[in-house]
Amino acid sequence: MAELTYRDAVAAAIAQEMERDPTVFFIGEDVAAAGGAFKATTGLLERFGPGRVRDMPISEEAIVGAAMGAAMTGLRPIAEIMFSDFLATCWDIVANQIAKTRYMTHGQISLPLVIRTANGGGSRFGAQHSQSLENWAMAVPGLKVVAPSTPADAKGLLAAAIRDDDPVVFFEHKSLYAVKGEVPDGEHVDRLGSAKVLRTGDDLTIVALAAMVPRSLEAAERLAAGGISAEVVDVRSLVPLDTRTILGSVRKTGRLFTVEENPRLCGWGAEIASIVADECFDDLDGPIVRITTPHVPLPAADELEDETIPTIGRITSTIFERMG
Amino acid sequence: MIIDRDGSATTGIDADTRIALFRVMLEIRTFEKRAYDLFLQSLVKGTSHLSLGQEAIAAGFALAMREDDYTFCTYRGHAHTLARGVPMPGVMAELLGREDGLMAGKGGSMHLTSVEHGVMGSYAIVGAHLPIAAGAAWSAQVRGSGQVSVCFFGDGATNIGAFHEALNLSAVWKLPVVFVCENNLYMEYTPIAAVTAVANPAADRAAAYGLERILVDGNDPEEMYRTATSVIGRARAGEGPSLVEAVTYRHGGHSRADPAKYRPESEVKEWMARDPVVAYRAALVAAGVEEPVLDEIQAAVLAQVDDATEFAKASPPSPAALIETDVWSDGGSAWRN
Repeated sequence: MAELTYRDAVAAAIAQEMERDPTVFFIGEDVAAAGGAFKATTGLLERFGPGRVRDMPISEEAIVGAAMGAAMTGLRPIAEIMFSDFLATCWDIVANQIAKTRYMTHGQISLPLVIRTANGGGSRFGAQHSQSLENWAMAVPGLKVVAPSTPADAKGLLAAAIRDDDPVVFFEHKSLYAVKGEVPDGEHVDRLGSAKVLRTGDDLTIVALAAMVPRSLEAAERLAAGGISAEVVDVRSLVPLDTRTILGSVRKTGRLFTVEENPRLCGWGAEIASIVADECFDDLDGPIVRITTPHVPLPAADELEDETIPTIGRITSTIFERMG
Repeated sequence: MIIDRDGSATTGIDADTRIALFRVMLEIRTFEKRAYDLFLQSLVKGTSHLSLGQEAIAAGFALAMREDDYTFCTYRGHAHTLARGVPMPGVMAELLGREDGLMAGKGGSMHLTSVEHGVMGSYAIVGAHLPIAAGAAWSAQVRGSGQVSVCFFGDGATNIGAFHEALNLSAVWKLPVVFVCENNLYMEYTPIAAVTAVANPAADRAAAYGLERILVDGNDPEEMYRTATSVIGRARAGEGPSLVEAVTYRHGGHSRADPAKYRPESEVKEWMARDPVVAYRAALVAAGVEEPVLDEIQAAVLAQVDDATEFAKASPPSPAALIETDVWSDGGSAWRN
């Protein structure tokens, strides 16, 4: 096991897959010479050359459009959208073209491509550079949606996404890029559609994603000190969704709390709450509770932003209150 | 719109190609007329965008393309799909929403696709396919396959951002892609001139990407064929992209619901007098092709369209079992375990 940062784990996954498969190409704004706006792709240009690691103009439609055209004709491209908020500028290509083409063509066209993007708040960038947009992608049939919370998952899930024959939108959390963690040595490929129980507990289940995972783990620690035993499930992949792991945990604990960074309405937790209510209602000992960012655009100022996104304090106090 | 014609419309193209141009145009014309009749009989549902009047562009380009070149077209894509040799029965059955349709009824008129014929899709959001066609050209470039990507779009697409993004990237990367603007003078219901800063929406913008200004008569199949041969040849030789503006005219409305009353009668009359299929038949006769030869082609094409129609009508409706197939590459649609 080597200790890597989340950003280095991203670069390691891309390098691992480019080394293995000559059809893997990587494009995006400032990704080559500059090594990425978040330095998550440093060294790739030097290692694989400008033919395979290419800087693009600020043309998001051209970035994902080129990836799509290349994916349908024999390449396995990785396209970076610098901030997930910019997906709005190319959402036609993502949601109307990439997501639907396989279906509309009755399976004639496959699109093995990955759209990597820096997602989420905590950087004081304001409302247009901080959003958590996993649920945009989750709402479109034909897109796989992944959001890792650790360096090991960043590497393993990104490698799996690159090898997957379907389009994957890969949300990297920008406040996690500097986080360090153990990453397995050698080739590391994980599996899409598998959630992970990161902490076992008996009284309640917390289901969380990306940056909300470490906060939920810390909240579980504080709850334990108060005599409440929380199980923490890292969803990791929204599509495909590992409902088996989530339902299994809720059946055991009898309570479900989702912790979501997205604004309230139609967050991914709402879908999970609906599935749990439908399929293990009789196992529930109390209401399902969603802990989310309020339904507002994110403010920029540090103290405002910190209070908007679910904090360890809010997660802990909400659970204490609702379990009380 | 004034287009310089070189007066040598039938020179430099061999007899077989000329007959093939005529035949492909006639196939499109006859097919599109039949598709319209089938709308009127409510056998074709939804919407459909016909290429009546615009056949010369599809025929001229398709005949100049290599078998493994890529076609990307818009929702007005029946013509380009047929021109690449996609068999008519499957296309007609797709319009009727039948099991034997090209995509088993899952795509419909606006999304005709036949990868085995190089038809990489018909795209129904204006402008979306320009960057996608550039991506296919990029793939051909890095694979060294020598393939060229040809992307057809309407005049309206020149005012959407994806046009600019795709043209710029293709020029910067010198991609083997040809962008073909079929300027039929109307973006849906509005004259393109009323909403565009320049007179020729594509040709006048070529300079912005360091490209040659290419403005051609889209109703002249031989001019289209020569143009296509030249720009595709350049792309294949590694000389980069081209942007072609082919001026033409829709004989009907934008889509089947549109009677096209917004067009001045004199303009319609003037363009109908330049019907590309009628004009080309006359040109071939003037060049010495025997009338019976052309009549025979006409009869054969009509029989082909009749057969396709019967095939489509006889094909069963697409089965409900297809609804949840092919979202994913494993053939299914599961999003959870």
